Formats: sequence, C-alpha cells, structure tokens
Amino acid sequence: MSLETNPRPLLPPQLVQTSPIVTMRDVGRRYGEVVALRHVDVTVYPGEVLGIVGESGSGKSTLLRMMNLEDAPDTGDYRLRLPGRDDGNLFALERYQQRMLRARHIGIVYQNPHLGLLMKHSSSGNVAERLLIAGERSFDVLRSKAREALDASEFPLSRMDHRPADLSGGMQQRVQLAKAIALEPALLLLDEPTTGLDVSIQALVLDTLKRLQRERRITMVLVSHDLGVIRTMADRVMVMRRGSVVEQGLADQVFQDPQHAYTQQLVHAKL
Amino acid sequence: MQILDTPPLLRVTGLTKTFHMHHLDSVLHAFEGIDFALTAGEFILLRGANGAGKSTLLRTLWRSYLPVGGHIWYQSRLGEIDLARAADIDIALLRREEIGFVTQFLNARPRVAAEEIVAEPLRLAGRAGNEALEEARHWLNQFGVRPELWRAYPSTFSGGEQQKVNLARALVLPQRLLLLDEPTASLDAGARQALVRRLSDLKAAGVAMIGVFHYPGDVAELIDREISLTTRTLPQNSGQDDTRDEFNDERERYVAV
Amino acid sequence: MSLKTLTKPWAATSYGFLDASAKREMRRKILKAIAVPGCQMPYASREVPMARGWGTGGLQVTLTLVNPRSVVKVIDQGADDGVNAASIRRFISRVSQAEETWDTLAASIVQSRHRIPEETMTKDQILVLQVPNPEPLRGVEPNISIARQMHADADYGKLWLTLYEQLVKAGRIMQGAAYPSLVNGRHVMTPSPIPRWDVPKLNMARHLTILSAGREKRLFAVPPHTRVEPLVFSDRPYLVEDHARLVCERSGIAGYFMNEIPQDDGSSTFEVSDSNLGIKAIRASEGAPAEIGETWYRNGKFAQ
Repeated sequence: MSLETNPRPLLPPQLVQTSPIVTMRDVGRRYGEVVALRHVDVTVYPGEVLGIVGESGSGKSTLLRMMNLEDAPDTGDYRLRLPGRDDGNLFALERYQQRMLRARHIGIVYQNPHLGLLMKHSSSGNVAERLLIAGERSFDVLRSKAREALDASEFPLSRMDHRPADLSGGMQQRVQLAKAIALEPALLLLDEPTTGLDVSIQALVLDTLKRLQRERRITMVLVSHDLGVIRTMADRVMVMRRGSVVEQGLADQVFQDPQHAYTQQLVHAKL
Repeated sequence: MQILDTPPLLRVTGLTKTFHMHHLDSVLHAFEGIDFALTAGEFILLRGANGAGKSTLLRTLWRSYLPVGGHIWYQSRLGEIDLARAADIDIALLRREEIGFVTQFLNARPRVAAEEIVAEPLRLAGRAGNEALEEARHWLNQFGVRPELWRAYPSTFSGGEQQKVNLARALVLPQRLLLLDEPTASLDAGARQALVRRLSDLKAAGVAMIGVFHYPGDVAELIDREISLTTRTLPQNSGQDDTRDEFNDERERYVAV
Repeated sequence: MSLKTLTKPWAATSYGFLDASAKREMRRKILKAIAVPGCQMPYASREVPMARGWGTGGLQVTLTLVNPRSVVKVIDQGADDGVNAASIRRFISRVSQAEETWDTLAASIVQSRHRIPEETMTKDQILVLQVPNPEPLRGVEPNISIARQMHADADYGKLWLTLYEQLVKAGRIMQGAAYPSLVNGRHVMTPSPIPRWDVPKLNMARHLTILSAGREKRLFAVPPHTRVEPLVFSDRPYLVEDHARLVCERSGIAGYFMNEIPQDDGSSTFEVSDSNLGIKAIRASEGAPAEIGETWYRNGKFAQ
C-alpha cells in the first residue's frame, strides 16, 4: 500500500471574497533527529472550523502549539489577519509581543487542564487573568466579563469562585473555554478538548462548542485523534501523518470519499 | 418549462467518478462521461437500478464525492464556477447560500431544539432571530410536526418526525439548486403532500431540482425530464484476483436522456 | 621602592568594613539599579558581622555609601532605640567615623527596617531599606528564572490575579505590607514590608531610595522624582491604614502611623511608630527646643 505524501492542493477560492484569517506557509520543525513538521501549509477562513486529525506523533498538536506561538518552527511563516493591524510574520515577533497577541487574540483549550489553568486560583480568576494581561483594570468589569464568559461556556455561576482543582474534568474544560473566549478571540484553538472525558460529558462540551460557533462565528482550529469529534465539529478537515498533511477537504468529503490511502485506513478503522 | 434563452443553471460535461480503494488496490467505477444540463425551474428525475450510481451522482454534484474527470459548470449568483474543481471554501459558501441537499437522514445534534435546527439556515443567511424562528415554525407546521415538539430536541424523535424536521430545514431557505436524495422515503402521506407542495412552489419560483425518488409517482407532476443511469457489467476486472466483493465488478455506466 | 612603600599600613579592617572591591561592586550595582528603576540587580552579598536576615543587605549599601562626613540614622519598625537598630548604627559609626543621629532631619543616610520616617526626606538624603524578600512575584511564581522572564515581559497578570482573588474572597485587599507597586511604569517591585501608609511616600519623592536584600543577594532602587504606583483596580481605590484619627498615648500627636499597644482590659492604646517624632513632640510640649520638620502626612492626609 502506498502511503506517499500527495495532498490535493488547496485551491484558491473564486467566489469567496474574504481573505483567510490564518495563513501558515511551509512550516517545518525538527526535534533532533525527529521531523515533527514538514512543509506544512495551513489556511483558515473566518468563521469556519478546521479539524486536524491524525494519530499520536503526527505533528497535529505541535502545529497547534505553533499557532498559539508557544513554539517556533525552524522554517515557516505565520500570519494572522486582525482588523486594523499587520504584525507580519508572527514567528518573527519578540516574545512579549507574541504574549500580548496571544492574550488578546488567540484562545486555547488544552486536553490537560493543568496546562491551561491555574489550579489554585478561582475559576473566575482564571478568566480574569486573561483580561488582566490584556490591561483591564476595573474590578467590576473583570467580574462581569468573567461571569459572562463562564455563563457562555455553560459553567454554573454558583461555582464561579471555586478552584478548578475542586471541579470535575468537564467543568475544568468549561473554565478553560471561558478563559479562551473571554476576549472574543480571532482564533480559538482546541487541542483534544474532550479527550479523557466521559462520553456523555464529552457530548455536552462539544455541544457548547457548537453553540458558541453557531452564535458567535468564532474561527476554530480543532485537533483530535477522534474522528467522531472532528466529524461533529469541523467544516473542513486536514489529515496529518508523520509531520505532513496527507489530505484536506470538506469534512463530509474527507469522511465519505477519502482520497489518500492513509485517510481511507483511518476512516474505515473508525466505521 | 425550459427557458431557452437563458444559459442552463447547471451544465455537466464528461463527469466521471471512480473510487480508488487503496486497501484492495482496486478501482470502482461509478459512472463515466455524464453530460446533461439543468435550467432554472426545471426538475430532472434520475432513474436507474439499485447501485446504478444515482446517489453517487447527487453526492458528486454536492461535492461530498470528488469527481475524477469532467466539469460541473454552475451559474452562481457570483459568477460561473466549475464545482468539480472549486475550492472547498467556495463549495461551503454555495452550500450555505445556493445549493441544497435533501436526504432522508437528519444529522440531529444534541440539545438543539427542532425550531432552532430549522431556523439555522435562515440565520446564517442573515435573517433576524424572531423572524427566522417564526418561519421555522411555519414550516414545521406545514410538514406536520406537532407544535409541542417544536422546542424539543429532535435527537429523541422517531425516524419519521426527524425526517420532517430535516425536510423543513432543508427547504426553509429558497435555494437555487436542490439535490433530492429520496426525500419521500418513509414519509407519511400528509408530510409527503406537504413536501410535494413545497417543491412545486419552489419550482414555480425558479428553483432547479434533480432528484432520486423511490416512488417517482410521488412527484410525477413535477418531472420535466428523466435521466437514466444504466449499468453494464463488463466480464473482466482490473486484473486483480480479489473480486469476492460486489464492488469489484468493473462497471460502466452511461447515460441516456 | 619596596613592597612596603607600595602597600598601605596594616589595619584590622578596610574603611567602612567592606573591602574596596566589594564596595566597587556595590556601587556599580546601585548605579545600575538607579538606571533601571525597580529592576532587581543581583550582587555578591559579602559576609558582614551579622546574621543574614537581620539587615545585611541594607548594611552593605550603607557601608558602601558612608563617608566620615555622613550622618547616619538607623530605625527598626520606626524606632531608633531597638537593639538591632542601635547595634547597626554603632557598627557603622565605628567602621566609618560617621556621626550617629536619631533625627531624620539631621541624617544624610537613613537605614530602615519596615518603615519610612514621617518627616519628609529631602534631595540630600538617601533612604536604605532592608528587604527580606525582593521578589514580588514569589507568591505566584516560585521559579526565579521564570519570574525574571516575567519581569522582562512585564507579565504581571498573575500578580494582579492575587489582588483580584483577595477582593473576591474578602471584599477588600488583604495585602498589608510590601504592597506591590509599579515603578516608573515598567517594573513591579515590593517596597519591602513597609505598611501601605508608607508607599505613597516613595512616589515622586525627592530622596533616593535603595532597597537591598542581603540573603537574597539582590538590590533595586527608586530614584528621586520617580513614579511609584501601587497596583490597584480603577474602581477600588488604594487605602492606607486607618490611622489618621488615632492619637499617640505618650506624645499626644495624631495623624501618623501608630503602633497598637494592647491593654490588660482588652482595649488598645496607640503610640506613634516613628519614635523620634514622638520624642520631638514630647520635648516641644515641655518647652524644649525641638524642630519637627515638614511631614508627608498632614492632619492624617497625604499631602504632596
């Protein structure tokens, strides 16, 4: 069976006039001998959900970390189209500039809540911290915005001042989500947001994400090894394997008519 | 009902679809070299035996299947585009605004009310919340969904009720092209009549339709033309000995109008 | 020419106790600290004849600054007569021949633990504060390397978060002493454990303040006429201790920071914390000549 890398190129749109919000070009990253990412291009349009699927070690999480400017690639260019500003290649910015940009415009939900939350601070405080970094200095505004974001994430407000350490996994993910959307990010990154949760809790969290996407048209990039999650959430899908993109297309097309041998294997293994 | 001086809304030339099944290292031919045209307000019925590729053709037009050859020229409001080669993002736009796909299967989402599911396409098209909801309720009513179910979650509905919600959603927003994949299957008589009425209204309003119907009699008065997909099974296969499965039959489909 | 003519005569210690190279390092670090207000500068922190944690940081700064014309005042929690304050003051004068004083107005160097004198300091004076913990981020980031990065990035979100949480949990800011303050709009410092009452005295002050932690081997500075802003929410004003109306039991003066003296019957009396201010007030009331200088607080209100 041939597993060569030969993704269908992403065609430029003819009808859609909006330009992409995320444009990553030729991103490459090595860790010693291991090639984590190889010539990866990513394009995300405003309001869509891009699903990135692949097995462990395919590079999907590494790619997401780079979108969150947590790690810099060896090669590549990353642009985020934000109203009224042009930061050029985000990988070339200073660390503090990246930090501010991330705080204001990019939200992330990690699989492991310990990566995204301060476990010993209150849940509302976790949301408030994001606003504080962005320069909000009114206590009342912090309070109301934290409440609003937690509410939108369907977090029970009676527990907004409880510590995440005292909450269930599903609730912790909601706090992460509230933190991520508190500043209405241009881009919401989701790294296996429901992996490890009970199936019923997983469905509820996905449902909240769906509702947020529907109501706020938040642009999302969702990484998961779970095809069911990707299928429920994504408009477009990118399939990664060994650091390369092997296939991308509309979600229903990738699932119903996978082109690449690896994708077929993946889809058939699931069905 | 064909309007001769306007270019066809859809012009399909040499459309070919094969499935390359890597794990069997074999190729399944669905259809080859299909040509037809569809004008605004026209209704084409797809005919053919089971497995002749009727649904495959609809899905290829919808682009959930990727064609391997040919063109699907579509006159969108924004200009002519070849759906066979259009960017994913353009297809997503057309699916949102111009092309509808009506199946018997509802992709019900947990904890979204029936009326919200139906109103969603209207909202995406920019209609105000209340207005969209009003219209959604109107269509749920038309298709015979009882008012007490409007605010319930369809994931708990019976198959028939789910299908009515699905039809209401698919037909609530007037599209320019509708792909109909057995929408009447397993519908009760009342809902079927409502569907035919809606299709007839849409057709009168200039919506082009192409569809597969298990009982074409349901929509007899709407049909302008028929396209038959016929199957010719060739005796040889692609050279593989792995032919146990029926999909491995090399078939050639051609079209008679 | 012989070795004997090239070297100084033998002495038990160098002038000012610290050897020349140690003082040179201190001067360089003090200059750097003044150049980047509020930014912590590491230094070697030599041994002095006192245990770490008892003011060795402040002592090393004072020993570096002192000269035979200096007049040195040392206070501990506002008092000149505490054992530690008296010992440090005597040690400094012994190794430098500097004059000792209790009077803030007469001093050229004021070394202090946990207080700033009530009388306004002038451009000719230097305040040396002893600092137990120089890192305002310690409570939120135990890793010093990361904390330094956070200072470099002005990443103070977590510090603000602790203030937010105090308001959420207690309805008010609970931070009593060492209130984190933004210096010159850039670095957050801890002003050492001075009460909230004293923090405004550092803002746009006429004197130079050097804060030094001997055990932690770091010093930082607030140059004259530099903004020092306590971290406060825009809708929750900065509050100093509610001492404005308290009257000193011994001297009768009011409107200054007080020490609470619990009584056997469960009540409290108060004594002015700046002990020399109290002494001056008592002397003045007895008719003796005692000049009380201009103070930062007037009638219990900060006036500057």
